[in-house]
Amino acid sequence: MAVTTGRKARWALIDVVVVVYALFPVLWIASLSFKTKETLADGNFIPREWTLQNYADIFATNEFIRPLINSLGIATIATLIAVVLGMMAAYAIARLDFPGKKALIGVSLLIAMFPQISLVTPLFNIESALGLFDTWPGLILPYITFALPLAIYTLSAFFREIPWELEKAAKMDGATPGQAFWRVIAPLAAPGVFTTAILVFIFCWNDFVFAISLTSTEASRTVPAALSFFTGTSQFEDPTGTISAAAVVITVPIVLFVLFFQRRIVAGLTSGAVKG
Amino acid sequence: MAEIVLDKVTKRYPDGALAVSDMDIEIADGEFVILVGPSGCGKSTALNMIAGLEDISSGELRIDGQRANEKAPKDRDIAMVFQSYALYPHMSVRENMAFPLRLAKVDDATVKQKVEEAAEILDLTQHLDRRPSNLSGGQRQRVAMGRAIVRSPKAFLMDEPLSNLDAKLRGQMRTSVSKLQKQLGTTTVYVTHDQTEAMTLGDRVVVLRGGIVQQIGSPQFLYDHPANLFVAGFIGSPSMNFVPATLEEGVLKSPLGTITLTDRVRRLAEAADAPREVVAGIRPEHFEDAALVEETHRASGATFTAPVDVLESMGAEKYAYFTVEEELATTAELQELAADAGATDVPGGGSTIVTRLSASSEAREGQQLQVWFDADRIQLFDPSSGRNLTYSG
Ligand SMILES: Nc1ncnc2c1ncn2[C@@H]1O[C@H](COP(=O)(O)OP(=O)(O)O)[C@@H](O)[C@H]1O
Ligand SMILES: [Mg+2]
Repeated sequence: MAVTTGRKARWALIDVVVVVYALFPVLWIASLSFKTKETLADGNFIPREWTLQNYADIFATNEFIRPLINSLGIATIATLIAVVLGMMAAYAIARLDFPGKKALIGVSLLIAMFPQISLVTPLFNIESALGLFDTWPGLILPYITFALPLAIYTLSAFFREIPWELEKAAKMDGATPGQAFWRVIAPLAAPGVFTTAILVFIFCWNDFVFAISLTSTEASRTVPAALSFFTGTSQFEDPTGTISAAAVVITVPIVLFVLFFQRRIVAGLTSGAVKG
Repeated sequence: MAEIVLDKVTKRYPDGALAVSDMDIEIADGEFVILVGPSGCGKSTALNMIAGLEDISSGELRIDGQRANEKAPKDRDIAMVFQSYALYPHMSVRENMAFPLRLAKVDDATVKQKVEEAAEILDLTQHLDRRPSNLSGGQRQRVAMGRAIVRSPKAFLMDEPLSNLDAKLRGQMRTSVSKLQKQLGTTTVYVTHDQTEAMTLGDRVVVLRGGIVQQIGSPQFLYDHPANLFVAGFIGSPSMNFVPATLEEGVLKSPLGTITLTDRVRRLAEAADAPREVVAGIRPEHFEDAALVEETHRASGATFTAPVDVLESMGAEKYAYFTVEEELATTAELQELAADAGATDVPGGGSTIVTRLSASSEAREGQQLQVWFDADRIQLFDPSSGRNLTYSG
């Protein structure tokens, strides 16, 4: 009994340390976002004067709202396309034997390892020439490219776990290959699809390198890039409070997203498919 | 209901493995046919070709007289029960069973009625709204059967459907599968590696070895008239005893003594041009404690005396095991059978003869026993080809 209590205490301590270590910067930013301009630099963790003014300010200007719309739109579209393409590719990799399969896997691994920063200049030149610079597709396209390897890897791991026989059973039950995929395989891969979608979305949502170098105006600038242009309401104002508020606003959707789908991600849906 | 014909059906996998070669089987409407053979002999491959899950390399598959080689599985109207059951884990039992009907666009009322009928037959009514993961092995197996029977397909294909159940449940389910098939009268092809299932279930049994059909016949026929050494060793439990022997002028010299063949056996062997060196086979049930054999009957057989190694009393009968000095007959077929049964070679030469004696036998372990066997039930095989030299089919 004593041993287990001691063990529990030790684990609790480790857990607290890890959580505080991981969350401290986030909490600090949250705290900053609720402080008034006067108390901003007082060094207190808990604001002495609470205010929602920073939030009101960022939503009062196009400086934040427009990038927020860009971020949402670009990340959602890129995620959708990457996941759908990734599903098809991953299914093929997990299930079929086709010429060039190894090459496909190799190339996608190569892309995943490619340093993105080295592509910024060529991409800038290409996009300028094609008229894609500072447009939504100008960001969506590179995001898909860099998210696909991630999507293919995560998804093919999930597809490989789905028993082959379920698909045979569906065929015997009278399903076309399409019906077998959408009614049996896809629902079972759903946890994998959601996990992948979240990972890809976060990747697009957080990107700064492409966002800062392939955009120039509010037409396509996303929030991470826009934050670096924040000036506050007047030129002479310290924008720390508003930047913090904006940072909180763009973190919340991700947290909600993950919390909302957590059950689906974790659920071991495939259990009980075969004997077990 | 359907008649299924395999006409010289061959399967060569892309990697070059020949899994089934020149398979000829005619399955009549409503018949229950078993494909049996050791693991890896091509049973599942054959079944998958009938199902349409594997392409046929050459030969023709006809269902109801029509070529079906190129038909997609869904257009063959055949249901399959998988070894792993392959239940859809994200659907309830009801939805699992309704799935084939939904795909066939059957209306809701009919689906409900058919699923409930099937659940009634299979005793699943109270489990309809549960998930497969919450069911026991036997219940899952019944759901898999239910999913196959709801849409009244032309034929059932079953790939080792009972092999994931424990021995007792397997026995029970065997009886229910047999009853169900009789009740529905649907053509069924059933794959198993278990000779007991093959003997008890089927109208006809197809014995496979290395992708080649060895013999097709009713269980009793295969037992009485095995075409070759492999079938003789595979069918029957415990399996037939094989000893090397020399045949001269109707007299057989073997480790079990010198035996004068009966006229019937002798004529068959002569007609088959039997060589001098043969393999003699006797089933355990054709031995008896000599003390229990009537004098008048004794002359029709031969006896040998040896110490009993092990005696197993089963209540209704006794199994006595003897060791004979000489090596038992070994041929490729017999080695394969032994490997399949998981047996390893006993070191130091000599091998075991299994005999089944009446319960009233007074045999004791370690004591000498005189054992009689029926000379008319001896079967002789050609050691090189495995052919049954006393085949009278
Ligand atoms: N997809 C495959 N590719 C290549 N060889 C295969 C494949 N499936 C089965 N085989 C081979 O074909 C033979 C028969 O296999 P199978 O039909 O599964 O046997 P059984 O069901 O009788 O155990 C085996 O030797 C096996 O190795
Ligand atoms: Mg098999």
